[in-house]
Amino acid sequence: MKDFITGNLEEIEFLDRDVFVKRLSGELSLGAGVLSYFSVKYKEGIKLFVFLLKKSGEIEFFSCKADSKMPSLTPFYPQLHLFEREISEKTGIIFEGHPLPNPVRYENGLTASSGSYFKVQGNEIHEVAVGPVHAGVIEPGHFRFQCLGENVFHLQIELGYQHRGIENAVISVDKKRMLPMIETAAGDTSIGHAWTYAKITEALCEVQISKRASFLRGAALELERLANHIGDLGALSGDVAYLPTANFCGRIRGEILNITALLCGNRFGRNFIIPGGVEYDVDDKLIKEIMSRLDSAYEDAVSAISLLWERKTVLDRFEKTGIVSLEKALKLRLVGPAGRASGIDCDLRKIFKSEPYEDFESEPLTLNGDVFSRAYIRWMEIKKSYKLIKNWLSRLPQGEITLEIGPFKKNSFALALTEGWRGEICHVCFTDDKGEISFYKIKDPSFHNWQGLAMALRNAQISDFPLCNKSFNLSYCGHDL
Amino acid sequence: MIKEILARIKQGYRTLPFPFEKIKLSERYKGYPKLDFSNLKESEIEELLSVCPNSCIYKDAGKINLDLGNCTFCAICEKKLPQAVKFSKDWSMAFSSREDLILSQDTKKKSYVLREEIRKLFGRSLRLRQVSAGGCNACEADCNVLGTPAFDMGRFGIQFVASPRHADGILITGPVSENMYTALIKTYRAVPDPKIAIAVGACAIGGGIYRNLPKVKGISEEINIDLYIPGCPPNPITILDALLRFIGRIK
Ligand code: SF4
Ligand code: SF4
Repeated sequence: MKDFITGNLEEIEFLDRDVFVKRLSGELSLGAGVLSYFSVKYKEGIKLFVFLLKKSGEIEFFSCKADSKMPSLTPFYPQLHLFEREISEKTGIIFEGHPLPNPVRYENGLTASSGSYFKVQGNEIHEVAVGPVHAGVIEPGHFRFQCLGENVFHLQIELGYQHRGIENAVISVDKKRMLPMIETAAGDTSIGHAWTYAKITEALCEVQISKRASFLRGAALELERLANHIGDLGALSGDVAYLPTANFCGRIRGEILNITALLCGNRFGRNFIIPGGVEYDVDDKLIKEIMSRLDSAYEDAVSAISLLWERKTVLDRFEKTGIVSLEKALKLRLVGPAGRASGIDCDLRKIFKSEPYEDFESEPLTLNGDVFSRAYIRWMEIKKSYKLIKNWLSRLPQGEITLEIGPFKKNSFALALTEGWRGEICHVCFTDDKGEISFYKIKDPSFHNWQGLAMALRNAQISDFPLCNKSFNLSYCGHDL
Repeated sequence: MIKEILARIKQGYRTLPFPFEKIKLSERYKGYPKLDFSNLKESEIEELLSVCPNSCIYKDAGKINLDLGNCTFCAICEKKLPQAVKFSKDWSMAFSSREDLILSQDTKKKSYVLREEIRKLFGRSLRLRQVSAGGCNACEADCNVLGTPAFDMGRFGIQFVASPRHADGILITGPVSENMYTALIKTYRAVPDPKIAIAVGACAIGGGIYRNLPKVKGISEEINIDLYIPGCPPNPITILDALLRFIGRIK
C-alpha cells in the first residue's frame, strides 16, 4: 500500500454539516484515527476537511461547509481536542461543548497566561507554574501543575511560544524557501518532514523515485531515529542520575549525527532529501565508511544501553512511573513509540509497507505504558533501525538519485505519511487551478502526544516530571509550527 | 559495578583533542566560504543574486555581498556557480559584530576581537542561560552536546545553568517569535550585570530561514549581542571554538 494519496479536489466528498458530524463520529467509533482535520477559508465560506486512517489501513476523507457553531466531538473522542481548538483559533468557529477551547498557538497576540486553566481547589492544593523559559537547554513551553504535596492531580500544557507561522509562510514565500522551511518544522525530524514533503510533490506530479533514492532516504530516516532514540535513552538515564549510560549515549548520539553528516554535510540531514530523490549520492568508499562507523557506534550503544536494563536503581525509577494506560492512549490516539509503549500497534512502516519498507515487520510487545515501556521500545527500535540501514546500504540498487519534478496537477490534493522517530508525520497539500500550492498543512506527531504526557503525570509525583517528559521527548516547534 | 567499569573501558576516553589539535569534519561539511565574483558574466551574476533561498546574496553599492549571518550553508549557490562560491572546511567562525558577517570577495576572514574585560570577568568561568526563541531546536541540540564527553565544555569552565539569575549571560537561538519576544527580554533583564549575549545560528542572527515572516520579530535592540556564531545549526565544534575565543582561551 502507498503511504500517500492524491486526487482531484472534487473527489473529496462534500457533505452537509450534520452528515459530516455523524459520519465523523461514526468512523471514530469504529476505531479510525484522525490523520488531519483542518479548515480552509474560501470566498464562499469556511470548509472543514478531515482525513482518517481506518483500522483496515484505508485512508478516508470528506468535507463540509462549516457553521459558525459546530458541535464539539472532543468529549466523546478526545483525540480531536487539539484539532478542534486549532480550527477554532484559525477561524473563530465555536465548537460547542469543547471542555477547554483555549487557543493552540496563541497566534493572535494572546499569551499562554491568557488561556484558561483547570483549577483544583482545596486547602492544601497548590499550583506550580513553569515556563516558558524552563529547565535547561530546551524549547519554551508553559506547564501548570495542580498538586497536593508531591502528588500531581492535573497537568495542563500550553504551548505556542515557538510559533513562527510556517504553514502560512510556505504558501506565501518564494518557492525555493519551501523545502528549508518544512525541514525545520521540527529540527530533530528534518528527514521525516522533508521526506513527507517530497512524497507530496512526487504524488502531485506522478513521479516515482528510483529504488536507490528511496533506499538512501530510508537510511537517512533510520539514522535520524537512531540518533534521537539513543540520545533520549542517555537523557533518561541522566534524569535518574545513572551517569554511565547518560555520558556514553550523549557521545554516541553525536556520532550518529556525524554519520548523517557524511551523507550531506549537515548533522541533521538538511538538504539531503529533495523532491524527486536525494541531493547527494554515495560511492563504495563512503558506504564502507558509513557501515564501519555505524557498526562501532552500534556496538558502543549496545554496551551502554544494556546497562540500563540490569540496574535496579534505574529500573526502580522507570517502572510504573508515568503510566498511560492502553485505554487512554487509544482515546487520545497516541502515535509512534509512545503509542506502541502503551500497547497500540501503530507503525506506519508496518501498516503501509511502502518502499523501502516492504519487508518491515514488528512484533507487538506487551508493554504497559510506563516510562520503562517508552524507554524499552526505543531500544527495540534502535536494533531494528540498525539492521534496516545495514540491509539497504549493503544492497543499494543502481539508479538515478534524482528525477525531474514536473508541474503539479491542478485543483488537486495530496496527503503523505511518514513514520518519523516520534511517530506519524502527516502533510496535506492543495493546489489551485494553475497547479500552484494553495494550502499546506503540517502535522507533527507531537500534536497527538502532548496530551499523553499530561496523562502520564496524573497522580504521579511532580519530581517525576522531567523523567516523564524525556520519555516522550516531544517537539515544541513541531507542535507550534 | 563491574559491568559499568567494563563498559567504561570499552567506551574509552572520547573527549576530542580540540582545541589542542585541529578537528577534521566530514568531507561534505561546509564551512567558511571563499568568494570570487570577478569572472562572472552578467547572466551569472543575475543567477547568483536570485538563487539563495534566504536572500543572503545581494548587491550593495555595486558590490556583491554574501551575508553569512543568514546563511544556512545549504550550498545551493555553490552548486549553481562553483566558480563564485566555494565552501571551505574551515569551521572556526566567531564574529564580534554583525558587519563582520557581511562578506564580499575581498573580505579577509575577520577574527574575533577579544575584549580584555570579558577575558578578565569570564575567562575562567562562564555560566550561560540558553534561551530558545522560535527556532527548530537543532541549534539547541548542538549547544546541548557541548556538555557531553566528546566536547566537555565544562573543562573550560563553561556551563549552561537553569536560572538567568545564576548566569553571566544568555545564549539565544531561534528567530524570536512574537510569542517569545517578551520572555526573552525578561530573561535577559533577570541576568545580573555585567552580562553578555550570544546569538547562535542563522535564525538568531538575522532570521535565517524564517527571515521576514510576519510572526518573527528578531532580537530586541535592548539586547546587545557580543558574539555571533553563524550556521544552521553551527557545528558544535564551531560553537565551542567561538565560546573559547570569546573568553580568550583560544587566540
Ligand atoms: S549556502 Fe548560504 S548563501 Fe548559498 S544559497 Fe545557501 S543560504 Fe544562500
Ligand atoms: S538557525 Fe537553523 S538550525 Fe538553528 S534554530 Fe534556526 S532553523 Fe534551526
